[in-house]
Amino acid sequence: MRFLFKTDYEDDIRLFPHSGYYVSYGLLLAVLLIAPYVLSSYLMSQLVFVCIYATVGVALLILTGFTGQASLGHAAFLAIGAYTAAYLQKYGVPFPVYFLAAGLLTGLIGALVGFPALRLQGIYLVIATISFAFIVEEILARWESVTNGNEGMRVKAVSLFGVAVSRDSPTFYFLCLAVLVLTIVGTLNLLRSPTGRAFVAIRDSETAARSMGVNVALYKVKSFAISAAITGFAGVLFAHKLSFISPEMFTLQLSIEFIIVILIGGTFSLHGAVLGAIFIVMIDPFLTYLKDDMPGIIAGIAATFGAGTQAAANVQSKVAAFASLNGLKGAIYGIIIVLFVLFEPLGLYGRWLKIKLFFQLFPLYKRATFKRQKIYVKSERNR
Amino acid sequence: MSYFRAESLSLHFGGLKAVDAVSFAVEKGEILSIIGPNGAGKSSIFNLISRIYRPTSGRIFFEDQDITEQPPHDIARLGIARTFQNIELFENATVLSNLLVGRHRHSTTQLWQELLFLPGVRADEKVHRRRVEQVIEFLDLEPYRDKLISGLPYGVRKVIELARALCSEPKLILLDEPSSGLNVEETDDMSFWIRDLKSELGVTVLMVEHDMALVNRVSDRVIALNYGRVLAMGSPAEVQEHPDVVAAYLGA
Repeated sequence: MRFLFKTDYEDDIRLFPHSGYYVSYGLLLAVLLIAPYVLSSYLMSQLVFVCIYATVGVALLILTGFTGQASLGHAAFLAIGAYTAAYLQKYGVPFPVYFLAAGLLTGLIGALVGFPALRLQGIYLVIATISFAFIVEEILARWESVTNGNEGMRVKAVSLFGVAVSRDSPTFYFLCLAVLVLTIVGTLNLLRSPTGRAFVAIRDSETAARSMGVNVALYKVKSFAISAAITGFAGVLFAHKLSFISPEMFTLQLSIEFIIVILIGGTFSLHGAVLGAIFIVMIDPFLTYLKDDMPGIIAGIAATFGAGTQAAANVQSKVAAFASLNGLKGAIYGIIIVLFVLFEPLGLYGRWLKIKLFFQLFPLYKRATFKRQKIYVKSERNR
Repeated sequence: MSYFRAESLSLHFGGLKAVDAVSFAVEKGEILSIIGPNGAGKSSIFNLISRIYRPTSGRIFFEDQDITEQPPHDIARLGIARTFQNIELFENATVLSNLLVGRHRHSTTQLWQELLFLPGVRADEKVHRRRVEQVIEFLDLEPYRDKLISGLPYGVRKVIELARALCSEPKLILLDEPSSGLNVEETDDMSFWIRDLKSELGVTVLMVEHDMALVNRVSDRVIALNYGRVLAMGSPAEVQEHPDVVAAYLGA
């Protein structure tokens, strides 16, 4: 185990606590940079989605993980970013301009959503953000002169310095990766400055934050605006990756997927957003694989246990029918959330920390190390 | 003119008069204690000063400025810090970041500067960090710097709350029952620190306290309250011998 001997205040401020991090993150970056020349085009495409989902995950972490304001409306912010990009692109606005415009507009709308949210907490805030998402979905479907309604909009390839960047090219992947890395660095910077600490203060005790001079309303709105703006940036990339957008892509299910990203990744660290994004992007092909291959496999097992050809075929068709049930995916997502909240509340990143600590302390690891202790009940009087 | 002044301050919840026309003044550099039985309105007065509640009537002045209508977060900006009776710390953060939130009123950096973590922000952070370190040294909190609050014992949390209030470099500090839940030894430490606040840091202290030994040891003056009204005001000995105060506590 490494012991850090701090000799300077800088040691508490720097992003990486010790030089070992430069090696591990450097390696990770190197792998990510050579990935497009090694991986198949399918995996590259998945990796681009991981970048986009992780960016939204970081945005949601700022709002939900660090400021403590739940949101089920992030699909709507993503949609606003995507549609702004598609609309401006139609009029020949260059990529950097509409990229920034989409982020700014989404941030502004995020701030507007933040105002009514000042008076709402917990489940009521969730309901308010869901209604916002439905309103946006409805506007996208009805405002046909701008959004083309349910017909959807085509999005042309990104044009950087006059060169068209195909959505499957390594350059587009690098663009998404750069946005993700910049988002993460910016967020880390924010978290080690007064604003980030004010966010955490609001999450843990609004009364105390107020009495320490934090303008709670202002910082909640700021949190909403920052979170929405980042999601707007991600929305532009999302639109380009899909090359076609329509209102039914930005439904409640997408918002729930974003919540899954941070719940499964872990809500206390930015690592969680990336791990959760990998999880959510990879679970879809995995479920498809199960759906396609499971009926055959189960029928095979049935046959080896002595079922006749007729019975095995019967089993295969029953399982296949079950696997293609409507809403099965939603149910599986629901089960995943419940299981994680019950058994792994710290998420995948929490699990990783536990495994790391287990080996660092071997054989002295205590199972209760990460158990949360409730020593006394906090007063609810001042709320 | 007094340093801090409350003028016929009232707080009514419907028919209940939690605080009823209370007037008092705090002189610069003194330690003033508010005592009284449960429900006398002591904490309510604190919550009125830090604007958790809005007074039904009456005015509050600090350094000759009327602060009755100030929003809650501006009270801290003026230099009034407080602690809470039932600790209100940021549970899932480290001691260090808790204390750094105390520095919030001194932060001057803008959001865009923080996103880029410009040299100015870094320099500011180091100043904050140095001030926090002075408070950590003052209150002997060195062993806990990087610990999460949620894993710390009650007595330590109580000290961290005081530390967080001190990090804002207050002119006036409101201590809501600084000794509640502490053992004898910790209460002793607390009483030394409260005296040091006055003598070393020059902070004016207004405190609510039940432990009469602590009150006697540190206070310059004492106010006794009951049913939201002032019963007596004066030196600790005078107030404790006042017949109304004796009646209030013993029910005679």
